[in-house]
Amino acid sequence: MRSVLEAIEVSRHFDVSRPVLQRMMSGEGRRTLRAVDRVSFDIPAGTTLSLVGESGCGKSTVARLAVGLYTPTEGEIRFEGHPLSSARAQPALRRKMNMIFQDPYASLNPRWRVRDIVAEPIRAFKILAGKADIADRVTQLLTQVGLSGADGEKFPHEFSGGQRQRISIARALSSEPEFLVCDEPTSALDVSVQAQILNLMRDLQQNLGLTYLFISHNLSVVRHMSDRLGVMYLGRIVEQGPGEDIFRTPRHPYTRLLLDAIPDVSMVGRSRMPVSGEVPSPISPPPGCTFHPRCPLANARCRVEKPEPTRVGGVLVVCHAVEEGRG
Amino acid sequence: MGLLDVIDLTVEFPTRRGTLRALDAISFEIAPGEILGVVGESGAGKSLTGAAIIGLLEPPGRVAAGQILFDGKRIDRLSSEQMRPLRGRHIGAIFQDPLTTLNPLISVGRQLTETMQAHLKLSDRDARTRAVKWLEDVGIPAASERVDAYPHEFSGGMRQRVVIALALCAEPRLVIADEPTTALDVSIQAQIIALIRNLTQSHGTSVMLVTHDMGVIAETADRVAVMYAGRIAEIGPVRDVVLSPGHPYTQGLMGSIPALDVRVDRLRQIDGSMPRLGSIPRGCAFNPRCVKAVALCRQERPDLMPAGATLAACFVAADLAATGRV
Repeated sequence: MRSVLEAIEVSRHFDVSRPVLQRMMSGEGRRTLRAVDRVSFDIPAGTTLSLVGESGCGKSTVARLAVGLYTPTEGEIRFEGHPLSSARAQPALRRKMNMIFQDPYASLNPRWRVRDIVAEPIRAFKILAGKADIADRVTQLLTQVGLSGADGEKFPHEFSGGQRQRISIARALSSEPEFLVCDEPTSALDVSVQAQILNLMRDLQQNLGLTYLFISHNLSVVRHMSDRLGVMYLGRIVEQGPGEDIFRTPRHPYTRLLLDAIPDVSMVGRSRMPVSGEVPSPISPPPGCTFHPRCPLANARCRVEKPEPTRVGGVLVVCHAVEEGRG
Repeated sequence: MGLLDVIDLTVEFPTRRGTLRALDAISFEIAPGEILGVVGESGAGKSLTGAAIIGLLEPPGRVAAGQILFDGKRIDRLSSEQMRPLRGRHIGAIFQDPLTTLNPLISVGRQLTETMQAHLKLSDRDARTRAVKWLEDVGIPAASERVDAYPHEFSGGMRQRVVIALALCAEPRLVIADEPTTALDVSIQAQIIALIRNLTQSHGTSVMLVTHDMGVIAETADRVAVMYAGRIAEIGPVRDVVLSPGHPYTQGLMGSIPALDVRVDRLRQIDGSMPRLGSIPRGCAFNPRCVKAVALCRQERPDLMPAGATLAACFVAADLAATGRV
């Protein structure tokens, strides 16, 4: 299948050094944060790749890399076969990608009417010219996301969180994109509203053939949304493959830990083994496999040698234990 | 009679455009040693219930009617001076954001000893020993060295552990935990839930656990109250509310949570959203979103009625239970 977005060994580092004078006084060197470390994936047209992980694992950085808000420090991102930077330079390609943000309260301009918010990409990309045509298109978009055309006259503060997220989706769709990056689109919403938005996003995907890069920390949401799944830990994708495979037989110890840790309604009345430990600081990650301090399967090799991806069936796993068959 | 009895509690906010009723005659009790989960969507009034109980309603909010009884004594009419010895000593609180709960300028050990010495008669040395003991109990490694550390030196999960130690150190009989795990990552969430459950169990503490996360409730609580638009929609043992809810709202809520073990094509969704306080519909507040609503639901407001193993504020569910067609 044609791939829409392809990331090849992409890394993104941030310089988090202290100011130069302070560094000279205390005699310390530069410090870099490896937010994303040699991440590779590709997303075939019409499918959803989800990235899941805890805060600080680099999933939002990947989202920003994917739409070109950050440039990779190393590696390459290709959009529809073109390098991302050149794709971004061509409006015809650039309008094919858009983003839905987490916080519907911060991502809509409070001084603009909804119709102007939704019409902005149409005007920016000069997709339609006439006022009446734009108004018709805005009405059509608002209806498509479950609002009414009359809502276009209102301001964002007149809407609830779920409705605002619908407005964000209408805006994202207005440039007629093929590829949407959704960074935690439902984590600011209540569960019943979350269900509405997730259903809407799946309907839109089916009707418009959209391709999603879906970022979330919520595994059950991810399971519902994704065709393929990548589990991130400290900047690396530690397990990647078809969602069903990973949920059925999680192989990486971190994926297992995450799946074991989620409070779930099916666990009513049962108790579970709590997992221990926390995510270490990404500025000074542990040597070897960064997961080894929390890993029940860690041995001497894991403490010194960085694991590389191994293929197990359709799944790529970054783990010495799995590679050696100790998992 | 429970350790905490809330009877017809009504909280109102006078505004320029009239009085908003944020909590409307809610009643429940918490038995000694029991964990009551309170769930609902934002704006349902769950945090407000907790705030009313510990006497921390933000003005202009006020208790307009009803009673709150703690250990048989009314506490809703106490002045803030009278409330202070009770709060912390007998009723502890754990809030959502561990960063704003802790004083950044005082070491965690000092915050613990100060709290304990304010409520219990303890010498400085005993208080310090106990502070270290509490930090160990909540699972902070090298507690005796970290007792003098400041909040910013701890990670989010560790800070929430300190907050739990603070809430429990005066050995209260009731703890109000308002979204204690919402700001934390999933792998930390499970640790904190287990911690709250084990510590309160071993001390026989009652807990009111307020959260929007049904999964957290399912694994922690003994009983659950589901709130909707300032009222309790359904209350009952956790198993029954989760697995066989009577109220259509609870049913919708349970159906809208994506499951981990099975994948469905469409999530069950409740259309619309919760009404704002100023425009709560006549009759049952849920009737415009309810697929089972009948004419009666639009005219009369249902009270909690037996619906199978739970109590539900729903005419349809009560009718089904009464006629045995469940």
